[in-house]
Amino acid sequence: MDSLLLSVIAKPDLIVFLAAAVVVIAGGVGVITYRNPVHSALSLVMTMFGIATLFIEQNAQFLAAVQIIVYAGAIIVLFLFVIMLLGVDRSEIFSRERIRAQRPLAAVAGVVTLGEILILGHATWATGAKAATGAVGNSSDNVFKIAQAVFSTYLLPFEATAILLVIAVLSAVYLSKRVVVNVDEALDGPSSDGVAVANEDADREAPWEPDTENDDEVYEV
Amino acid sequence: MTVPGNWYLILSAILFSLGVIGVLVRKNVIIMFMSVEMMLNAVNLSFVTFSRMLGDIGGQVLVFFVLVVAAAEVVVGLGIIVSIFRRRVGVTADDLHILEG
Repeated sequence: MDSLLLSVIAKPDLIVFLAAAVVVIAGGVGVITYRNPVHSALSLVMTMFGIATLFIEQNAQFLAAVQIIVYAGAIIVLFLFVIMLLGVDRSEIFSRERIRAQRPLAAVAGVVTLGEILILGHATWATGAKAATGAVGNSSDNVFKIAQAVFSTYLLPFEATAILLVIAVLSAVYLSKRVVVNVDEALDGPSSDGVAVANEDADREAPWEPDTENDDEVYEV
Repeated sequence: MTVPGNWYLILSAILFSLGVIGVLVRKNVIIMFMSVEMMLNAVNLSFVTFSRMLGDIGGQVLVFFVLVVAAAEVVVGLGIIVSIFRRRVGVTADDLHILEG
């Protein structure tokens, strides 16, 4: 036992990996088990930091920095903004499932997925040959290597991501634009109450909307 | 680099399966969305691991592109969720049953 402990301590890489793995899996379990979406979002931050640690351990320093800036800094903040904006921190009711025994079936499906991945991992499709695109550098020139690959070999996909981002921005603007128009129209009308305006709009634009009393039963308010 | 790459791949598979379970079990659309992000991260981890194992910088470049796509996906997806919430009571998958055939 002592020799095992010593052999673990002698490998700092192994300690970092195990600690980061615990953080990643604990965060992942937290995302899918917490009732409150805010807690799930914070667990997701934990997972992101664990994965950034694993990136650094594998000499991908640039991606670790980008992971923390983009995911923890931007995407999670966006999630939290939407959660706070919508006030969706009411708990889900799991007793009313549309499909019977959905949760056990889902757990079985997840375990089967894991088994499939692990079994397929033993297949020998990959040759294991070193690629010719460009070697992974040591820790000092990681950014240089990525920049060289992005701006030469992968220049066309890089330009395509620019188009993708423009499309995403335009669609986000379009999706959020309508409410401003509706509020402005409604403010000219007799009612100036924002909540009442939203309800009126919902009724007018959605004639198919089912009775809301039934929906109120589903949630604990 | 004493930790073998297989360990990273197994960790990545476990995280991906957690994401699958999250999408299937949870009803809150925002948490399902977070589970999708988790699956994307698991795949990113395996890309970086392959990049190290095969000595190819292309894996890290691919992770870079996945990050961009994930950011765009989150922007559009959350915009859709907000616009759903504007006319519905809640943001669970059951509230979208009007979409079923």
